[in-house]
Amino acid sequence: MSGANDPYDPKQVAALSPEALDEAVDAARTAFAGAADLEGLAAVRPAHLGDRAPVLLARRELGALPPAARSDAGKRVNAARVAVTEAYAARLAELEAERDARVLAEERVDVTLPWDRTPRGARHPLTTLTDRIADIFVGMGYEVADGPELEAEWLNFDALNIGRDHPARTMMDTFFVAPEDSGLVLRTHTSPVQARTMLSRTPPIYVVAPGRVYRTDELDATHTPVFHQVEGLAIDRGLTMAHLRGTLDHLARSLFGADAITRWRPSYFPFTEPSAEFDVWFPEHRDGPRWVEWGGCGMVNPRVLVACGIDPEEYSGFAFGMGIERALQFRSGVGDMRDIVEGDVRFTRPFGVEQ
Amino acid sequence: MRVPIGWLAEYVDIPAGTSVEDLDTAFVRLGLEVEEIHRPEQVTGPLVVGKVTEIEELTEFKKPIRFCSVDVGEDAPRGIVCGARNFAVGDTVVVALPGAVLPGGFEIASRKTYDRISDGMICSVRELGLGEDHAGILVLGGEGADVPPPGTPAGPVTGLDDVVIELAVTPDRGYCLAMRGIAREMGTGLAAPWRDPATATPPAWSGSPAWSVAVEDPERCDRFSMLALDGLDPTAPSPWWLRRRLTQAGIRSISLAVDVTNYVMLELGQPMHAFDRDKVSGPITVRLAREGEKLTTLDGTTRTLAAGDDLLITDDTGPIGLAAVMGGATTEIGNGGDRATTSILLEAAHWEPTGVARTARRHRLPSEAAKRFERGVDPELTVVALARAADLLCEYGGATVVGGVVDLDTRGPRPQIPLDAGRPARVAGVPYTPMQVVELLTAVGCSVDGDGTDLLVTPPSWRPDLTDPADLIEEVVRLAGYDDIPSVLPTAPPGRGLTDVQRRRRAIGRALAETGYVEAPSYPFVGTPALDALGLAEDDERRQVVLVRNPLSEEEPALRTTLLPGLLATLARNLSRGQRDLALFEHGAVFPGGVRAPAPLPGVEGRPDDETLAALLGAVPAQPWHVAVALAGSREPRGWWGAGRPATWADAVEAARRVAAASGVELTVRAGERAPWHPGRCAELLVGDVVVGYAGELHPRVCAALELPARTSVMELDVDALPAATVAVGPPISAFPPVLQDLALVVRDEIPSAAVAEALREGAGELLESLRLFDVYTGAPVPAGSRSLAFALTLRAPDRTLTGEEAAAVRDAAVAAAAAATGAELRA
Repeated sequence: MSGANDPYDPKQVAALSPEALDEAVDAARTAFAGAADLEGLAAVRPAHLGDRAPVLLARRELGALPPAARSDAGKRVNAARVAVTEAYAARLAELEAERDARVLAEERVDVTLPWDRTPRGARHPLTTLTDRIADIFVGMGYEVADGPELEAEWLNFDALNIGRDHPARTMMDTFFVAPEDSGLVLRTHTSPVQARTMLSRTPPIYVVAPGRVYRTDELDATHTPVFHQVEGLAIDRGLTMAHLRGTLDHLARSLFGADAITRWRPSYFPFTEPSAEFDVWFPEHRDGPRWVEWGGCGMVNPRVLVACGIDPEEYSGFAFGMGIERALQFRSGVGDMRDIVEGDVRFTRPFGVEQ
Repeated sequence: MRVPIGWLAEYVDIPAGTSVEDLDTAFVRLGLEVEEIHRPEQVTGPLVVGKVTEIEELTEFKKPIRFCSVDVGEDAPRGIVCGARNFAVGDTVVVALPGAVLPGGFEIASRKTYDRISDGMICSVRELGLGEDHAGILVLGGEGADVPPPGTPAGPVTGLDDVVIELAVTPDRGYCLAMRGIAREMGTGLAAPWRDPATATPPAWSGSPAWSVAVEDPERCDRFSMLALDGLDPTAPSPWWLRRRLTQAGIRSISLAVDVTNYVMLELGQPMHAFDRDKVSGPITVRLAREGEKLTTLDGTTRTLAAGDDLLITDDTGPIGLAAVMGGATTEIGNGGDRATTSILLEAAHWEPTGVARTARRHRLPSEAAKRFERGVDPELTVVALARAADLLCEYGGATVVGGVVDLDTRGPRPQIPLDAGRPARVAGVPYTPMQVVELLTAVGCSVDGDGTDLLVTPPSWRPDLTDPADLIEEVVRLAGYDDIPSVLPTAPPGRGLTDVQRRRRAIGRALAETGYVEAPSYPFVGTPALDALGLAEDDERRQVVLVRNPLSEEEPALRTTLLPGLLATLARNLSRGQRDLALFEHGAVFPGGVRAPAPLPGVEGRPDDETLAALLGAVPAQPWHVAVALAGSREPRGWWGAGRPATWADAVEAARRVAAASGVELTVRAGERAPWHPGRCAELLVGDVVVGYAGELHPRVCAALELPARTSVMELDVDALPAATVAVGPPISAFPPVLQDLALVVRDEIPSAAVAEALREGAGELLESLRLFDVYTGAPVPAGSRSLAFALTLRAPDRTLTGEEAAAVRDAAVAAAAAATGAELRA
């Protein structure tokens, strides 16, 4: 290995001089910086990074150097090549960023333009509120029971201890159905579902029965002849009025907030005894916090249990019912009943699908 | 029941400092709902008692006017102009002097009117804000009456300070339709001493009964009492205090005899009737009506009586009273002219409640008497009430009792109710002691026997509603107070959640709402015109309706058999209110008519036997759950993106598909024909072979009849007819690449696209993953009478990449099948 002392032609290897390399790097940097856009950069790239570019040509000269000089020169050439490559990459990134910024700016849209091509639909708030109440009871283990709106008179009245000549029967403002002996009525309450349930199931029974009911009231701001109730019935061993209160309090809190409680007033329903009407404390009422009349409740009258084949000595139970329209009125601040029943889309739409 | 607090205070020592609000709360806690509190409007300034000393009739004006001199306790009488005529010289009246302000801000001043100086005003009940019934002047009493002297401040005299609390009494508590019952309740509720106004012992009238009476039907009338009076001054007015209480209670003053019977009814709860004794001919018999009998009642109505059920009071002439409900006109008390009654028969009886209810309902006569007898009246009180009324008639009408009292009493012993003293605690969840139970029942008026926990309770005579242990338990809990009941959440056994039917109904509602439909439930009442407007044929089954016997509107006497009339009415209402683009849906029950067996009415002594129960449930017709949509205007609105898209028949069909998808069933569609749809734009909706509904555009005549926009589209589907959804099976997913094939087929116009698609599917076989119609084209070069249907097919194998040859074979097979089934030709 005597290469170190081999003679070489300094002229032939001038390309490897530090000066020449620096010059090539500077030239490349200048050219890249001078490129105004990506096309310009692409155009100058071959001159500085192509096969015939000075830094690449210089590399070929390395072989001509004596081994002792080769290492140094090699390092220089490499450094120069890296410098040119980096300069190119940096400029490329710069120009791409510029282009992206320009293009994306050009693609800007007015995102506030409305895109209401598909009209919004809604379920009626009576439906969603009914579902919500049913769900609260389902969460407690109740099942949802249904019954027909055109109902047997016996189930609507007699089975519920409302005898043929009972004053409560005339007070119910019943729609009767032809012919006179049909034995059918439009149910005046959801309570016949109680009777149907007790006749078809054995205790323990925990059901809730939402549905549409009828009374011969004219439609006005506070009355509607066709309205909705939710009826609840629990028959089990050892049920007391305390359980009834607990259930109604739970419902009130679930629907109207943690502070909601119920208040009872003694009342009369032939199918419950003792009976009460209940109010709910509603802090969010639009006219200020207040008690709002909501429904009726009581312990199932033993006579009803007997008529439905349940032994009142073994089982007791409670029942309750409340108006959905009424709950909707105070929960959602609806002043006029007619808005609820007329089907105006302006009323229903804001309630959405699952309010 | 209207309760004047001044009257109540006569029986109850209302604790000092008790406010009207406290009374309100006490009533509510007792279960007596306060409907309204009537506070008399305040009169300010001088309001005094005056005596009319002179009346000058002024006739020169359009209406007769009186110029009166009224002594108001001053040196000289005042001159007052008055337009009313129901008073005479000597009458004591109420005068508002100048400076007084009557309710409504009516200021009294001395002023000139009808050419006279009027120096005050003689007031009517209405002007004083005491009531509405009286149009005339309030006369406190005539000459010689027991009235305060002129000049006395009139406020306390007229009861202007009296508050009246109006109660809604539930039907089980008839005893609270009288001051006597209210006093008992409030005595307990306020824990205040109180007096029972019915405790007076009737005098022992001597002599034989003044009238002969027979009761033929003791089942319906177990006590009938009667007393005769003579020498009544027919012109004697009722004392003002009595009239005022009647007014406060909402009852019109008629004559002393009638007023007294009404007063005693309000005081004691015993309805009474006064007959003009001279008009009653022969012995009185209480009996059931006979065929063809009629009675003209006091209200002037002639009523045909129900033979064998209406109970009557009769004499030799026939019916003279509808027992417990209303008296007859022939024996009416007269207080002047040719009908001056001086001699009367007072009747107080006890009637069986359900019979009274039937008669009152039959004749639409919910009289004050009937209302009380229906709810139960204390049978102990007949003679007590007669004595009270006789006292008043003697005192204020100068009458005297003649003969002894008639008292036909066939009542049985009062029932005793066994009660386990621990039971109220078990019902309420509150630990009442047996002693507390006895105490509370005693407060109700029960007598309680027995020791320890086995009680034997005899309810008081005025509580016929207390028949079962449950009734007694209710009384205990009510009087102890509902506020004591704790709140305990019971633990129900695990439930199964919603049923499939319930989940499906919710899913359908949500699906339609999410698709832009607004739910619009409507009343289910329809009339023939609405069905005519739909163009239903005479024999269309939807004309078989259930009729309501007492509809709210004679125009809509039937129950709906289809959702469309209600939904289209809602659509029209929204359109009339300025909406243009509408998509509505409704779901709910419909009520098919038809003849069926009447529902039986079994007893309630126990569960009906299985056969009766089956008949009962079977008599209730099926009420299928339908869903319907209606669309008008644009389905997608015009916007900055371009033109809108009008709602069409296709949207209605798509709505049906959404319903089916939400229900988990596959819907097929074919051309149908049914009212009210356009015959060429009506889709029949099927699941399997079963038609479940229709969708499409309304017939133009229907749009015209209902004044709906042209092209209004609707869908109606019977949700109950949809089969149960089966549990969905997860399909295997192939990771191999698909082959996409488009092909266009030319078919005759009358060939439904669904038939072509079906044939393609059949022909393509298992390798077809999906097929979609993406274009329909008519016009050259497609020959007239035909159209080109373009389908995109996605083919894929579960286990390999399909080769070109395989894909071509599938495509050829599909085309061949379509050609064979529908005559389709592959478009070049």
